[in-house]
Amino acid sequence: MTAISVAGLVKTFGATRALDELDLTVRSGEVHGFLGPNGAGKSTTIRILLGLLRRDAGEVGVLGGDPWRDAVALHRRLAYVPGDVNLWPNLSGGEAIDLFGSLRGGLDRARRDELLRRFDLDPTKKCRTYSKGNRQKVAIVAAFASDVELLVLDEPTSGLDPLMEAVFREYVAALRDAGRTVLLSSHVMSEVEALCDRVSIIRAGRTVESGTLAELRHLTRTPMTVETERPVAGLAELAGVHAVTASGATTRFEVESGTLDPVLAHLARFGVRALTSTPPTLEELFMRHYGDGSEVAVTAPRPVPVGAR
Amino acid sequence: MTAFTGTTRLTRLALRRDRVKLLVWALAVPGVGAAVAQSVSGIYGTESDRIGYATTSAASVVARAFNGPVSGPSLGSVVTAEAYTMLALLAALLSTFAVVRHTRQNEETGRAELLGSAVVGRHAPLTAALLTTVAANVLSGLLLALVLVAGDLPVAGSLALGAAITGIGVSFAAIAAVTAQISGTARGANGMAAAVVGLAFLLRAAGDAWGTVSADGMRVVSAWPSWLSPLGWANQVQPFDGNRWPVLALTAGFSLLAIGTAFVLTAHRDLGSGVLAVRRGPAVAARGLLNPGGLAWRLQRGVVLGWAIGILVMGLSMGSVGDQLDSFVGENEAASELIAQLGGTEELVDAFLGTMMAMFALAVAGFAVQAVLRLRAEEAAGTLEGILATAVGRPRWLLSHLLWAALGAVVLLALAGASTGLGYGLVSGDVPGEVARLTVAGLVQAPAALVLAGLVVVLFGLLPRLSVALSWSAFLLCVLLGQLGALLELPQPVLNLSPFTHLPAVPAADPSATPLVLLLAVAVALTGLGLATFRRRDLAIG
Ligand SMILES: Nc1ncnc2c1ncn2[C@@H]1O[C@H](COP(=O)(O)OP(=O)(O)OP(=O)(O)O)[C@@H](O)[C@H]1O
Ligand SMILES: [Mg+2]
Repeated sequence: MTAISVAGLVKTFGATRALDELDLTVRSGEVHGFLGPNGAGKSTTIRILLGLLRRDAGEVGVLGGDPWRDAVALHRRLAYVPGDVNLWPNLSGGEAIDLFGSLRGGLDRARRDELLRRFDLDPTKKCRTYSKGNRQKVAIVAAFASDVELLVLDEPTSGLDPLMEAVFREYVAALRDAGRTVLLSSHVMSEVEALCDRVSIIRAGRTVESGTLAELRHLTRTPMTVETERPVAGLAELAGVHAVTASGATTRFEVESGTLDPVLAHLARFGVRALTSTPPTLEELFMRHYGDGSEVAVTAPRPVPVGAR
Repeated sequence: MTAFTGTTRLTRLALRRDRVKLLVWALAVPGVGAAVAQSVSGIYGTESDRIGYATTSAASVVARAFNGPVSGPSLGSVVTAEAYTMLALLAALLSTFAVVRHTRQNEETGRAELLGSAVVGRHAPLTAALLTTVAANVLSGLLLALVLVAGDLPVAGSLALGAAITGIGVSFAAIAAVTAQISGTARGANGMAAAVVGLAFLLRAAGDAWGTVSADGMRVVSAWPSWLSPLGWANQVQPFDGNRWPVLALTAGFSLLAIGTAFVLTAHRDLGSGVLAVRRGPAVAARGLLNPGGLAWRLQRGVVLGWAIGILVMGLSMGSVGDQLDSFVGENEAASELIAQLGGTEELVDAFLGTMMAMFALAVAGFAVQAVLRLRAEEAAGTLEGILATAVGRPRWLLSHLLWAALGAVVLLALAGASTGLGYGLVSGDVPGEVARLTVAGLVQAPAALVLAGLVVVLFGLLPRLSVALSWSAFLLCVLLGQLGALLELPQPVLNLSPFTHLPAVPAADPSATPLVLLLAVAVALTGLGLATFRRRDLAIG
């Protein structure tokens, strides 16, 4: 079951090729992280998924329908929180929430009031007086109070304070438990790590990686430093080992995640005195995909017991 | 860093951002001056024509109220009387909008916050806005004087008129500087300043209407209310007659006082807020708001009500002076010929009422353009994105706004007719008859306004980012063709471009259905085309 399927999506704005054969699959019932550097094309993709922009080429399916042709019918089943929430200055926050809810096909009043309380939002204030974070909350409350199958959230927590961010995570987790599907574009790594079942990373309008966080980790190499009694020989010839450098008793190398076992067996023959490995943090993982991969900042190695991961 | 740090930089930025608007402004004022001077020297070419004009204008309450106090029979005085209202309103409104755009509107859009965090003093934005606006006023005033001199009018008088119009612009820039501090929104600040323009106009009109005619019968001595109005001071300069420059000291003093007040207010409020607190709203939406039509009404109703009040006042006052018309134009053949030509009848009163209806048609078309352009405003502001992501389709959203624009135009025109009919009925003695007759005459104007509304829909569908500029240009073209087309004797095919050319000359002539039905068909076709193109295009946010 797929909630969103995108294949070979192309969108150009004049000379800019904002989306360049982008692929994206979001399964029903998952929280899917949608990541990429600024200008990668996340918002553009989302707007195509909502029928706000027309695609130039490619296949796009949302909840089994065509987002451009079936926009109205699909929008009854989904809720959207834009990256930049714009409201009518002379409507109150409460009015805006009710309006969005009702245009989407109704909202749960008790839930709405609970959300207002939890997000600490005063619904009687005019929208023009809301801060960025509070405008964001209006859209979040309206989306969460609607009973929909799919939530499309474009950087929903930009501008929220840490307390509100925590409330947000709580609600997204509850939505996932209730079997709803969430597409979550975000620049907040801890948020992605805490909430997402799977992620897609895009760069310059193209999907560069897609899968569970564990899978993404496996695709990367782990730098290791080993201190042995005798100089290590024959390491570079092993499958999955790269960038071997030796200085005295210390050998540094990088190893692909799936091939650790034979490497350890090989090293044991030289009398291992110390072994440190630096598994990439999520942050580094993304940096690698965001940039061109070469300029990853190296953090101080932290010792990890072998095999603990 | 002082409170004024960064003023130069901000002024340069404002000049850059507004370069097109400022250019249009700087050219519009002398353009109107030149066009009026041209037509006046044609119609009132001889001294005796002008003596006739001055005598009848001085004697007529209508002329005094709308054109201001006439001062003598010189060519320059007649040009001043004929061009004054348009020039004054142009200068006042353009100055208002410019100041609000660079102060309150910047704060509303958050641009000021961005600038405020750079090295910019607290008073710099307002100072920059005022400098820009004053510069534009001085430039347009100078150009006005230049074109008048080029049209063989005396230098001293031309300079005096240019300075008087500049003075009006500066006064209202100062007023807008104050309202921009008081109101928490750009819309509110513009509205408040526009209300002051209206009040100033009424004070001047009342003072001049109550004024006394001088011994020679060709000049008017205004009563005291005129002296309370920045619009009145410009008249009291008496360009081409007294050239009373000291009167401008009043303008200068008033402007300085208002600007000082604005600076004091700036120092006592927070960025983004006004002196008036923004009121709270309901926590829960009323049922009526919860559909696209309800939302559109909520967004449009202020504009509709504002126009309704303005039209009501205009209609009543214009209607109630209708019976004085004979004394006004009776003796000037060229003038009565002109009115007869515009109104399509020899019967002066009907011709006058017909001219009024034609003016209302243009004014309400202005409303229609403004109301339909709300489509683009919603799209650019990003609120449309949120709406179209709900289960509201594009046609439903567009038509919900169009409904209020069209309905509003029809109701406003009916109101224009009815209020003019009421005013005229009260002085002529037949209230029900005149109200009925002129309400129909008002309604007959609606198809032309609707054609313009349809055109705006097409522009919105095809060229969203240019639609605002193009729509107002089209409107302006219609106004120019209507006002100057006959005077400049433009060929009929050119005049036919404007939908207003095709309206029957009611109430003098019986309205014939054919042109009205055709205009309506064009309006519907344009709307359909606009809707079809909008359905096929990307949302153009920002
Ligand atoms: N309406 C438009 N006209 C022209 N170019 C556009 C338009 N909308 C987006 N772009 C361009 O398309 C590219 C993708 O933009 P998009 O907003 O989708 O990025 P994003 O991934 O959402 O970035 P961010 O993380 O900053 O929100 C950018 O290069 C942007 O400049
Ligand atoms: Mg974005």
